[in-house]
Formats: sequence, structure tokens, C-alpha cells
Amino acid sequence: MTFFSNIWRNEKSRELIVQIIVLFFLGWFISWLVMNVNANFEALGKDISFEFLFIPAGYDINQYLIDYNNRDSHLRAGIVGLLNTGLVAFFGIILATVLGIALGIIRLSKNWLASKIAYWYVEFTRNVPILLHILLWHGIIINTLPHPRKAISLGEVTFLSNRGFYIPKPLTETGIELVYLFFVIAIIFSILFAKYCKRKQDLTGIQYPVFWINVSVICFLPLIAFFISGMPVSLEIPALKGFNFRGGMHMSPELAALTFALGIYTAAFIAEIVRAGILAIDKGQREAAESIGLKPSKVMNLVILPQARRVIIPPLTSQYLNLTKNSSLAIAIGYMDLVATLGGISLNQTGREMETMLIVMLIYLSVSLSISALMNWYNSKVKLVGR
Amino acid sequence: MSEKTYKPGNYPDLPPPPGTVGVYGWIKQNLFSSISNSLLTIISVVLLYYLIDGIIGWFFLDAVFDADSKIACRKIDNGACWAVITRRVGQFVYGFYPETERWRIDITFLTMFVAFAPLLYPDIPKRKWLLYFSVFYPFFAFVLIMGGYFGLQKIEYSLFGGFMLTVILGVCGIVCSLPLGILLALGRQSNLTVVRTLSVCFIEFMRGVPLITLLFVASSMLNYFLPPGTNFSILVRVIIMFTFFSAAYIAEVIRGGIQAIPKGQYEAADALGMNYWQKTRFITLPQALKISIPGIVNTFIGLYKDTTLVVVIGLLDPLGIGRAALADTKWNGLSTETYLFVALFFFVSCFAMSRYSLWLENKLNTDKK
Repeated sequence: MTFFSNIWRNEKSRELIVQIIVLFFLGWFISWLVMNVNANFEALGKDISFEFLFIPAGYDINQYLIDYNNRDSHLRAGIVGLLNTGLVAFFGIILATVLGIALGIIRLSKNWLASKIAYWYVEFTRNVPILLHILLWHGIIINTLPHPRKAISLGEVTFLSNRGFYIPKPLTETGIELVYLFFVIAIIFSILFAKYCKRKQDLTGIQYPVFWINVSVICFLPLIAFFISGMPVSLEIPALKGFNFRGGMHMSPELAALTFALGIYTAAFIAEIVRAGILAIDKGQREAAESIGLKPSKVMNLVILPQARRVIIPPLTSQYLNLTKNSSLAIAIGYMDLVATLGGISLNQTGREMETMLIVMLIYLSVSLSISALMNWYNSKVKLVGR
Repeated sequence: MSEKTYKPGNYPDLPPPPGTVGVYGWIKQNLFSSISNSLLTIISVVLLYYLIDGIIGWFFLDAVFDADSKIACRKIDNGACWAVITRRVGQFVYGFYPETERWRIDITFLTMFVAFAPLLYPDIPKRKWLLYFSVFYPFFAFVLIMGGYFGLQKIEYSLFGGFMLTVILGVCGIVCSLPLGILLALGRQSNLTVVRTLSVCFIEFMRGVPLITLLFVASSMLNYFLPPGTNFSILVRVIIMFTFFSAAYIAEVIRGGIQAIPKGQYEAADALGMNYWQKTRFITLPQALKISIPGIVNTFIGLYKDTTLVVVIGLLDPLGIGRAALADTKWNGLSTETYLFVALFFFVSCFAMSRYSLWLENKLNTDKK
């Protein structure tokens, strides 16, 4: 008796006992689940197999980045869906970042009116579900934009209609390789130049206008190459043929609606993050920077922003992740992303819920886990070092 | 220039310089302090003018509030056609709940505020008595909504819909996910390796996948994991998924709160000889929960907004009702009106929640008094 009560009173052995009990229940629970799945699958005559991935999918996808037709396999359909998820996430993140940072700064501006407008934008946008944003934008594009025949034309090259947006498509010809080459050279040069200037400044204190030099190098070098090689890019302008436009790049109403909705919704959250990040910087930092005579722009660029960045970037990344996960709502308006292809039509056609959902979840999970790992690494790198 | 001389201590109080006080001063300081600032003001005013002009015209002045169809609407005026809402307002609120039984929903909804009051406002008079009602309320609400007892007609889950469904899903999810989230947060901070690993896996999995895939699992796969023949309502399955999903987020918020507590607090608790549960109950949680209120309420708002996702698996929340209305040829194409109406409902409820969290935060903030 005393032996057992001693074991229970000893912290180490008690922890061990509790953990063994938890493990036992976990094992029991998992085996219970597996048994249930087995019994259910046996009753339905199903099995678990991933062979369905290689049989023809048999459905069409209207927006694709790699070639696809309905004789391609489910696997390829899934990849097309994954790329579509990436596409909308990419556009959405750009829109959300630009709009969000602008709004966050306007929120802090001394202008009362502008700051109030930004405030109400944020409140109205983030208190409405993202799915409603998506459906609202989709509805606006489908129902209020005109038919292709009466499309709104922007300079006769870009057309907005209820079948989507038509944008001129750049077609590359031979000689474009030179432009790419020069672009790569310009990037390498600017990285090296920035490093050189940083070292120079550390040693001597002399500052160069690194940013502007690099921007102009990256812009002009490829441009020069573009003219040298005889302008190897031509624009394919969309033209009305019959009931719809042909040629050019097509942004389907679904893609456009999804991009707007995700961008506008996430921008509200980013605005709050940017605002909180800037406000988190101690007032003394700004006052000290002003008192040593820095210009307002330098105060912002050299003192406030580098410190705010540390606060802003982790939640910003998690907003990007949220945006990517929210893009799975595309299924509600029929945009063919990963969930709509593999987890939607493929699931319904093959009846393999278990396998398709497993793949879809694993893909999302691996994306978010790898980005969180990256963030943890970044956090440990920029963490204030306590001395 | 005449300079008066005053005896020391007899200087009169001079008025503030002109242009720094009053309406004029305020305008000058807040709207036209510099050239760029004035430009921003002018742009804002122009933007606001067009926005307000357009909104008032479309929403109210040119709007039609009752008509038989979209075409009839357009014949009357060319603004918003709210008839799509007004003709189906019952469905938007109650779904397909039988019309004669709708008073039960009304009573449940109104008494919900009574049940929540003592939890939300700690200073309310007669709090103790109201708390008894809060404990009793879930059973009361269940019986009243579902029926089947005390001579009340039994109502099928499939008839639930509209804002009522949103509130049911949201409230159930919120109430169930807070305790689970606290347990997960404690599990993640635990010394026991097995418990910690389990909590981390659960939290990271739930946060890593989109909610919609979890809802698909709930609607089409959950039955595979249960003994053959078990079948329970889709509504319960969805609530379970919502609970798991937001519990994972709440756990992370609370973990942040736990980590923000100074180490000295734990050391003091240890020095007093408290055991783990006493430490958790009296030291960790009161402080951690207080810090994490804004984050928790944000998660709740997120959960409440996410209830709209159930439309994808075929439940008739306000969005589902709206889409059904739009599928009717009479109302085809009135999506803007329908979705804006639903958006307004969500805005009002979520905005109220965020205001409440601000109020509570200020009330509990003891260090800045």
C-alpha cells in the first residue's frame, strides 16, 4: 500500500503513469476508428486505393495554367486545381498587401476624415463573412457587367464583360532570351551592389542611393536588351468574334471575383496589423530620431519601419496563409481550385472520399506547416537579443 | 508697438492664438494642416460624396420595397429591388421552420439574452439567480427548438435555416469551443510529453486545413469512423467540426496569454505549495484569459462568420436561403440585394461582438488606473 502511494506521490513516476494511461486510451481509440472504417468499408464493398488518380478525369476545367483536357487523369486535374489555387492566392496576396498597407497608413494619418474612412472600411469589410464577399463580387460581375458584345472597353485593348476580363496577351518571339538574360544579370548586379554599399557604409559612413540605382538598373537593363533584340514581344489583343472574345488573356469572372473578394477582405486584416505594428513602436524611438535631426521620411524608413517589420511580418504571413485557405471557398462559385477538382468533382465521380480528402488535406497541411516553420525561423532570426 | 509692463505674478491669461481653437481650429488642424493633407481631405470628400449619393439613391430613394418579381420591380424604379427580401423575410429568419411554431424560436432567442447577461456583464443585479437560469438554459432551448416533449410538436433538423441556423451554429460552437480550447492550450504547455504531442498535433492539423475540407469530412466521411449503423444529424456533425476548428485557434490565443505571464507568478505559486490544478485555476487561467480576451472574441467572430460555409454542404443558412431565392426565375439576378441584406445582418452582430470585447477589455484592464 505504501509502495503504491509512494509511486503516486513521486512526481516522475506519476507523470509516467498518467502518460501510459493516455497512450493506452489513444491506442484504443485509434484501433476503434480503424475497426469501424474496416467494418464500414467491408459492408459497402469498398477499399482504399489511389489507382483512381491515373484514370481519365472526364470533366472540363475552364481555367488552367498547364494544358488540360477531359481525357487527362484525375492526378493532372488535381495539379491544375492546385495551380489555380496558387494563381488566385498570388493575385489576392498582391492586392491585399498593397491595399492593406495603404489603409493601415491612412488609418494613422493626421487627416481625421481619411482616417475615419479607412476605419469604417476595415470595420465593414472584416465583419462580413468572406463567403459573402465572394458571392457578392461574383454576383456583381455576372449581373451588372454588360454582355461581351457591349463590353466596357479600356482603350480598346482590355475588355470587361460578364464573361470575365480580357487583357492583351504578350506573345514572345525569338530573341526574348536576351531580355531574360539581362534581367537575371540586373538582379545579380543589384544584389551585389547592395552588399557592396552596405559594407562601404559600415566602414566609411558614406551612403549611396542604393534603392534608386537598383530600381533603374532592373528596369532599364532588360529594356535596353528589349530594343537591341528588336522588340521580340507582340501583344495579342482580344477581339470580339461571334458571341465572345477570342485571343488575349482571359480572367474568368470566378477568378476575378475571388481575387477581389480575397484581396479586399484580407486587406482589412492587414491594415489592422500594419497599424498595430507601427503603434507598437515606442514613442521614444520616434522622438529620439526626430531630435537627432532626421527628416520625417528617414524617421519612418530608418527607425520606425525596421522595428515595426519585426512585429508585422509574423501575423502578415498568417494572413497570407488564411487567404490561401479561404481560396478553397472557390467551390461556392465554381472556380476550379484544388478543393473543387480533387475534393469536388473527382470525389463525386470516383466515390473515393477517403483518398481524395486525405490528399487535399495533406497538401494544405504541408503548405501551412512549411510556412509556419519558415516563420519560426524568421522570428528567431529577428528576435531582439537580450543582453 | 506698445509693450505693457506687469508686476511679477500679475500677467493676465492670454487667449490662445487665433486659428487653433474652435471649429475653425479643429478643421485646420485635422483636415488642412499641410498641402498633402488638404489634398487627401478633398479626395476623401469627393469619394464620400459619390459613395453616399450612390448608396442613398440605390438603397432608399430609387429602391422598390414590394413587388411581385424583378421585372415588376424594374418597372417601378431602377434602384434596389428589396422585394426579394421582403417577400421571403420569414424564410431568411426561420428557414423552413413551420410558421405556426415560430413563436418558439422567438422565445428561445429572447431568453438567450437573459441567459447570457450574467455571463457577459458581471455587475448585473441578482446575478446569482440569473446564473441558475443560464445553467438551465441549454436544456430549455433544446426542448423548445426541437420539440417532442411537453406536447410540443417535434421539428426535424432539416427544416432549420436562415439566421436562426446561423445563431444556433454560432452559439453552440462558441460555447463548446472555449472549454476545449482551454484544455488544448493547457495540454500544449504541459510537461507530459504524450499530452503535449497530442495537443500540438491536433492544433496544427485543425489550423492547417481549410474549414471547408473539415465540413466535407463531417458531411460525407464521418460515418465511416463510427460503428456501422450509427447515424446522427448533419447539424450535430457540423457543430462538432466547428467546435474542433475554433478550439484549435482559441488554444493558440490562450497559449499566447499563458506565455505572457511573468515567470515570477509561477514561482510564487510553487513557493506557496500549490499543486498543478490550483496553480492553473487561481494563477494561470485568470491572468491568461484576461490578456487573451481580444483574441478569443476575434476567434468567436471568425467562427460566427464561418457558419456561412455550411451552405456548401447543403444546409440552408441565410446564404442558402438567398441562393434558393435567386434560383427562382422571378428573382433571378438580384444577387447584390440579397447578399447585401445578409451582409448587413452579419455586420451588425459581429460589430456588436467586437464592441463588447473592447468594453470588457477596458473593464478588466487593471494596470492603467
